[in-house]
Amino acid sequence: MNNMKTKNSLLLTGALLFSVLSGICLSAQDIPERPVPPRLVNDFAGMLSDWEVETLEEKLVAFNDSTSNQIAIVTVSTLSGYDILDYTQRLGEKWGIGQRQLNNGILILVKPKTADSGGEIAIVQGYGLEGAIPDITCAQIIDYEIVPAFRETDYFGGLNAATNTLMSLARGEFSSDEYGRKAKKGSGGDFPVGMIIFIIFIIIITMFGKSKGSNNRNIGSGNLPLWLLLSLLGSGGSHKGSWGGFSGGSGGRGGGGFGGFGGGSFGGGGARGSW
Amino acid sequence: MKKGCLISIIIVAVIAFFVVSLIIWGTRVYNNMVTLNEGVTSQWGNVETAYQRRADLIPNFVNTVKGAADFEQSTLTQVIEARAKATQVTIDPTNMTAENMQQFQQAQGELSSAISRLMVVVEQYPQLKATQNFRDLQVELEGTENRISVERRKFNELAMSFNTYIKRFPQSFIAGPFGFGAKPYFEAQQGAERAPEVKF
Repeated sequence: MNNMKTKNSLLLTGALLFSVLSGICLSAQDIPERPVPPRLVNDFAGMLSDWEVETLEEKLVAFNDSTSNQIAIVTVSTLSGYDILDYTQRLGEKWGIGQRQLNNGILILVKPKTADSGGEIAIVQGYGLEGAIPDITCAQIIDYEIVPAFRETDYFGGLNAATNTLMSLARGEFSSDEYGRKAKKGSGGDFPVGMIIFIIFIIIITMFGKSKGSNNRNIGSGNLPLWLLLSLLGSGGSHKGSWGGFSGGSGGRGGGGFGGFGGGSFGGGGARGSW
Repeated sequence: MKKGCLISIIIVAVIAFFVVSLIIWGTRVYNNMVTLNEGVTSQWGNVETAYQRRADLIPNFVNTVKGAADFEQSTLTQVIEARAKATQVTIDPTNMTAENMQQFQQAQGELSSAISRLMVVVEQYPQLKATQNFRDLQVELEGTENRISVERRKFNELAMSFNTYIKRFPQSFIAGPFGFGAKPYFEAQQGAERAPEVKF
């Protein structure tokens, strides 16, 4: 009888120990480990194609090399019950995105739509970038650049546009206020470009009509710069489209690579969105 | 006579050696404690900044909500009162005790729950929720709540490493006489240490 009891209690402690240990293991697995070798784009949920991952990685590594600001993109298939802002802050802190002294990291975390839950996204900024990219701006980037693209399952397009904006903000090319005004106008940014193309088109047509009447030889030389201008404007106009950041060409792939995270810290700022 | 002199010299030298190494060790331990203590103190500054950020945000928030026609006044008054109370309770980081920490946490906790009650009421005003101004404030408030929980967590981590250091065996002899006492922790309220969700 007594033996039975000790055996039972042994079993019980064993079971308890096991559950405690597995609990520890589970909580350790909640936030993924830093990737080895380090990478800025980590598509754990498999939302992007290899080419898209490489394109984003190349762009972000180049940005890290030139400014030391580190923008990381991580997709995860589950948040393990965490609130997304909380999860994103913890991951950024654990990986140490950004430089230690400057805390100039940005983390974009995406949890894709699943059968029983909606898609979620968060952008958090390190302490050092809270001034250049306030929470409101993160929210605006999510609302105006990411969510519309993600709704059409254009994940690359959304992330590409968002990283372009974040890079410009971090570099100080325009301020968060300027971005906010532009973003609030909705598609205001596209309007003048379309207008310009339209005007140029009209000019070309009228020029074409005119030159037809006069000298035939002038047609080619006279129109060439305009066509060039038109194509330039055209590429400028597609800034918001999915091919906006077509960088360089894939020839330079492999060289350099990402040097590693710098140990930056995150204060909990940022914004979330869902689609 | 000469032999005895030599022996006493050796004894004195040995004692002096131990005293000197004790002083060197003590200085190192003391300096470590000072560094850790400074870490906790400066992190307390970050915690207060995060709470202050929330307190600064509230008048703006209340005004925006007030703007919505015939909004229930009692919940607003509660928020304003809780804010006034919470801003009065401050802690001198060089003299932190479990009691004043408790008071601080309670005052801030009351403000948190007043805010969440307000959020529940706001739920009934769809036009208010739709305004850009309100949405911006909502983002700000959410970021602020998250900052508070992050800074609290970081404070607890630093306080824990300080406390473990001063309570460990040989160091504990230094901590007592030099007045290094254990730091109080933030206790997790409502649902672990996660930020209260500001959802609409």
